[in-house]
Amino acid sequence: MAQVSSIANEQTSTPVSSSKSVMLRISRYNPEHDDSSKFMEFNVPYEKWTTVLEAILEVKKHFDHSVAVRYSCRQATCGSCGMMINGKPRLACFTKISELDSDVVTVEPMNNFPIIRDLAVKFERLFDTHQKIKPYLIRDDTELETDEREFLQSPKELEQYIQFANCIKCGLCNSACPTMATDSSFVGPQALAQAYRYVADSRDKGKDSRLKIIDESHGIWRCHFAGSCSQVCPKGVDPAMGIQFLRGYLLGFRS
Amino acid sequence: MTKDEHKAGIGGMANPTRYGIERVAYWLMRLTGLGLLAYFVAHIYETSNILRGQVGWDEFLALTQTTEGHIFLALVIAMCVFHTVNGIRVMLGHGGIGVGTPARPDYPYDPASQNYRHKIGIYSAILLAAIATMYGLAVMFGE
Repeated sequence: MAQVSSIANEQTSTPVSSSKSVMLRISRYNPEHDDSSKFMEFNVPYEKWTTVLEAILEVKKHFDHSVAVRYSCRQATCGSCGMMINGKPRLACFTKISELDSDVVTVEPMNNFPIIRDLAVKFERLFDTHQKIKPYLIRDDTELETDEREFLQSPKELEQYIQFANCIKCGLCNSACPTMATDSSFVGPQALAQAYRYVADSRDKGKDSRLKIIDESHGIWRCHFAGSCSQVCPKGVDPAMGIQFLRGYLLGFRS
Repeated sequence: MTKDEHKAGIGGMANPTRYGIERVAYWLMRLTGLGLLAYFVAHIYETSNILRGQVGWDEFLALTQTTEGHIFLALVIAMCVFHTVNGIRVMLGHGGIGVGTPARPDYPYDPASQNYRHKIGIYSAILLAAIATMYGLAVMFGE
């Protein structure tokens, strides 16, 4: 049975001016002693600009400070507050309640990530796969030895990868990916998009070694171009595009 | 896969409702692929009836001349046409063809890889499958 609480019935430290309220359903689960997750429900007032993260923090402030949520920058830069909001992976700080067009907002931990508690998930695997594809420039002369030399790059060359450099490692793409839903070993759209980011960088010389890393049974071939990763990306990275370009190299469509 | 991994599972993979027509196409592609694989196995079994001679062959073939048999074959036509047309779209996409060009993204960040060319390809696959199925039904039931 879900617990329902309302801020209007509480003594609040800040005046609540909003006339609108939304039912916020928060998934609660502690793997250490819970068998399954359950929802707690809260009536939260909101304004046109109120984000889901702000609503969750209101709940923490007024009702239940034990709700576990990870957040930091509150401006879609740190990639910490990814969660399932009304069934779709989104950043809580980048999702306004008014844009959801619903009287009920359900927040759950991201799919395809182990749960630490409530809305907080483990990112170890995402960081492992990210590291696996060598997310750095590979070349023999990486260290600059004199002031006279630098790795020049034209604006056109920059355009080839700058979109993919916007990745904030929030994990929404991995959460939306249908392959990640069933394949625990799949490298995932985040890492594959970052592989393309460096392959497309004119300063980088590590294309062959990266292609070798992703050219395996649980690598790039498990992507079926469903495109869900690109649809949920909050930074416009479009991992599906990068992955197809990357596969184009392996299939001989690109050189 | 352990419970700890919190995977969306087959239900999450197969749910076509949350991510637009591209996810529907992904789901249909898998479904028709499995359907055609099942048909392929059934087809081998069907043709193996030739070993039972003319009578055995005619007996089994008579199953396809029933209403249920016609509907089954119409489904096969639908699966075959959708899988072929959408497969061509996916294969081109897999080569990086028609997935857009990298550029600095602007809000609201509409992904270039999910462009109108691919949407037209998906809707064309569905439309052609429907037309072929209707034609097949007209031929089979019009006998």
